[in-house]
Amino acid sequence: MNESSAIALVLLTSGAIVGTYLWRGAGVMFAARIKSDSPVFQWVTFVSYAMLGGLIARMVILPIGPLMETPLLFRVLAFVIGVGVFFGGGKRVLPAVFVGVATFILLVSFC
Amino acid sequence: MIASASAVNRLAWRDAIGFPSITLLASMTGFGSLVHESDLPLAMAIAATVGVWGLPGQLALVEMHVAGLSAFFVILGVALANARFLPMVVAFMPLMNEARPKSRWDFALVQMLSINSWAAGLKRFPEIEKTLRRRYYIVFAVICMSAGTLGTVIGYFGVGLMPRPIALGLIFMNPLFFAVLLAGVQSRPSMIALVVGAPLGIMFHLVAPDLDLLLTGVVGGTAAFLLNNRLKGRQSAS
Repeated sequence: MNESSAIALVLLTSGAIVGTYLWRGAGVMFAARIKSDSPVFQWVTFVSYAMLGGLIARMVILPIGPLMETPLLFRVLAFVIGVGVFFGGGKRVLPAVFVGVATFILLVSFC
Repeated sequence: MIASASAVNRLAWRDAIGFPSITLLASMTGFGSLVHESDLPLAMAIAATVGVWGLPGQLALVEMHVAGLSAFFVILGVALANARFLPMVVAFMPLMNEARPKSRWDFALVQMLSINSWAAGLKRFPEIEKTLRRRYYIVFAVICMSAGTLGTVIGYFGVGLMPRPIALGLIFMNPLFFAVLLAGVQSRPSMIALVVGAPLGIMFHLVAPDLDLLLTGVVGGTAAFLLNNRLKGRQSAS
């Protein structure tokens, strides 16, 4: 990596850290003075979750990077199985992730 | 009521060492391997884990950067992905600090808040003497953060040493972990927004790859917000 791209990465990561901290810091400043269920906050929360829903779907269906070399069917199948185990098995996170990832590894290895 | 410092330490250890630490170790292993496979340095992986300390924002950082977005949009995306910290902190701080005045330390301590320490605090604080709640939070959160950092390093180095299918499995773990953690939040608003956002994310990625996540957030989030208000209105009317 050359020097300018290293500096760019440092700035980018610092920006991401500051951008995240602003919410935390504002929370400390305003705690007890604002209601966390006001419409503006609700809207921000909806925006945040919609974005994350979009990011998850994109990472599974149109990934960037190494997952591009795996078939779409494997990713979708393993994802659906993992989420299915989550909702079918009492909403436990670790078994769901384990089964989903194991399915994916088996598909990639043997199919 | 738990009123001795050593009993609070023990409780925090016991609560943190099980599920929260294992979850963080595993999810951050996925994150570390993603950073490695994206040809980014270990320092960035650790800085993102400790500095952002929230998987959604960390994934947004790496994914949007690798997708080639400009720094401005990446940072905006990460910040929006982490917006939930504001209402979390607003709900958490008054409970933790019930017995003491606000202090400047709060601004440092809040950095360690994550969904794990938040949930554990809200659950345990009523059982803990008011002056000892901060101690519980610090012990719990330090253990979580150590597990997360360890996971990041393990994932970063581990992914290169493993057979290819397992390495791919580690990367695949990211969206899956992320999905079940968010689905576990169990509130109707968040589920509506997640489900509305998913197809929009694909659509906007195809038509406007630079702005896909922000458009998904604003369009999908607003639609989900309005939809939820209508559902709420209908419920209270009936």
